[in-house]
Amino acid sequence: MDRFSWSNGLLEINETLVIQQRGIRLYDGDDKAKLDSGVALLSTHRLIWRDVKNHECCIAMPLSQIVFFEEQAAGIGKSAKIIIHLHATPANKETGPYQHSKYSFIKLSFKEHGQIEFHRRLTEEMTQKRWESTPASQPIPTATGSQTGRTRAVGIVGIERKIEEKRKETDKNISEAFEDLSKLMVKAKEMVELSRSIANKIKDKQGNITEDETIRFKSYLLSMGIADPVTRETHGSGTHYHMQLAKQLGDMLQVPLEERGGMMALTEVYCLVNRARGMELLSPEDLVNACKVFESLKLPLRLRVFDSGVMVVQLQSHSEEEMISSALDNVSCTIPNIMLTLTRFRRHAVLDTHLRKMSSHSRETSRFNALNSFRDVFGRLLLLQVSDKGSLTAEEFAKLLGLSVLLSKERLLLAEKMGHLCTDDSVEGLRFYPNLF
Amino acid sequence: MSFEWPWQYNFPPFFTLQPNVDTRQKQLAAWCSLALSYCRHHKLYTLDVMEAQESPVFNNKKMERKLSIEAIQVVFEELRKKGEFSSWLDKNKSRCLVMWRRPEEWGKLIHQWVSRGAFPAHAGLSERRGGRKEFHGLEDWMLLRSLQALQTDGKAEIIIMDDGKGVKFF
Repeated sequence: MDRFSWSNGLLEINETLVIQQRGIRLYDGDDKAKLDSGVALLSTHRLIWRDVKNHECCIAMPLSQIVFFEEQAAGIGKSAKIIIHLHATPANKETGPYQHSKYSFIKLSFKEHGQIEFHRRLTEEMTQKRWESTPASQPIPTATGSQTGRTRAVGIVGIERKIEEKRKETDKNISEAFEDLSKLMVKAKEMVELSRSIANKIKDKQGNITEDETIRFKSYLLSMGIADPVTRETHGSGTHYHMQLAKQLGDMLQVPLEERGGMMALTEVYCLVNRARGMELLSPEDLVNACKVFESLKLPLRLRVFDSGVMVVQLQSHSEEEMISSALDNVSCTIPNIMLTLTRFRRHAVLDTHLRKMSSHSRETSRFNALNSFRDVFGRLLLLQVSDKGSLTAEEFAKLLGLSVLLSKERLLLAEKMGHLCTDDSVEGLRFYPNLF
Repeated sequence: MSFEWPWQYNFPPFFTLQPNVDTRQKQLAAWCSLALSYCRHHKLYTLDVMEAQESPVFNNKKMERKLSIEAIQVVFEELRKKGEFSSWLDKNKSRCLVMWRRPEEWGKLIHQWVSRGAFPAHAGLSERRGGRKEFHGLEDWMLLRSLQALQTDGKAEIIIMDDGKGVKFF
């Protein structure tokens, strides 16, 4: 590490940037250096490292110092590294962060990957050894000074020389112009790429996502960078991850659930969540595991599994459910009253919850009669809907109620189990009739 | 007299074996009575299940619904269990006897008819049968069973003769 010298990080004339990589930690030999998080820039002449937190802290080393280098593969808990073996310190080396080092090699640890490309470019540079052919010099404000004293020649050689001169001049001008920007470029590049990708994603999905999703997407853009979605990197894997995910889902799914009557099939949830995320998608397993911890985290959502195996996410402590329960308790359980409450919550997932509770014969005797009449009335309501049309298939029922086909089928099957409906199974499909038997 | 179909015959779910237990019981009860009355009307004593599937009773051509083979077997099994109205001729349940009138009842009928003097007390089996319209088409096995029932009652006796069986009434 003593081969490095302090530098201002600016590229010199004739020096061009080859590749840069973030997330580099430097090792003095095998020891971790204090310089633990920075950007490594490889240019045609030097290897530069700049601290990501403190931009003043910038060190560089000429590539000519490098003897050879090798890759060290990533291990468990260890990032991939490139080990660079160096010549002895030259006498005229400028001061750097380390005065003396017992090692003659350094390591670059790629905490955010990128080692493959870096290695490739470094190999290229080391083979080409461009620093020998185009000696970099300190940037001189007046570029024209170097032009004086040139012998003018004629003929082909002269023309060639002129072309060469022009090329060098252009080169110099460009690098002069970009000197100040090079620092800014390094930062801005990443930001620009990110916002561009997000903007593209929005453009692609125009018309395919609903209003509130667009707004949500844009709010992510505003907060610059997908508002740190819960990923395996940020929160690790395992239950902690699922818990955090569950919390995020809980926030996110409130509004869509309300719109759909308090219940959504898990497949719908999966599609919705991943579309909103854009990047860092969830796997189905993660989603299911996150949903399973809803209850333990006392979130207002629940994962329910129907008999047929269909899984849905449902709003738990919906205020309407409490209203219905209290209505049953307080108000006299006359049929008209129950009918009234029912017609209002026709679409609600709450009804399905109650239905299931009843079909598994809850024996709370104090409310048994209430529930019985409730069940009768609900069945009758469903019966009315079916009788009205003579017979219904699950799809027709779904269209009628504005529910998803899956859920409407569940409801019809439940009604059949309770004996209010009967089925007609033929090549035409499954139709539900009022049970006239 | 043409056969009158019950209302269930025109109700499509009637032709699907209902999964709900209570509904199924009611459905099967309706099928049993329909099957029996149809057989009674058309004087059918034996049934082949495959053929039966095509007969109008189990196949409503207008509605394009028919009862599946398994369901037909369930219906006749139910008939058998309920009161011996049916019995299987083979293990595969492909053929069955339909006793829309029990042997005992047949026996009673025969005895009544005999008592009224339509035939002499001794008679061959075929003569017995050929007589009245009521017994028209009555198959041998059915006749035999009914006579056996009478025999148990003590009202008749089956005599083995040279060229077949005869029966003596008391």
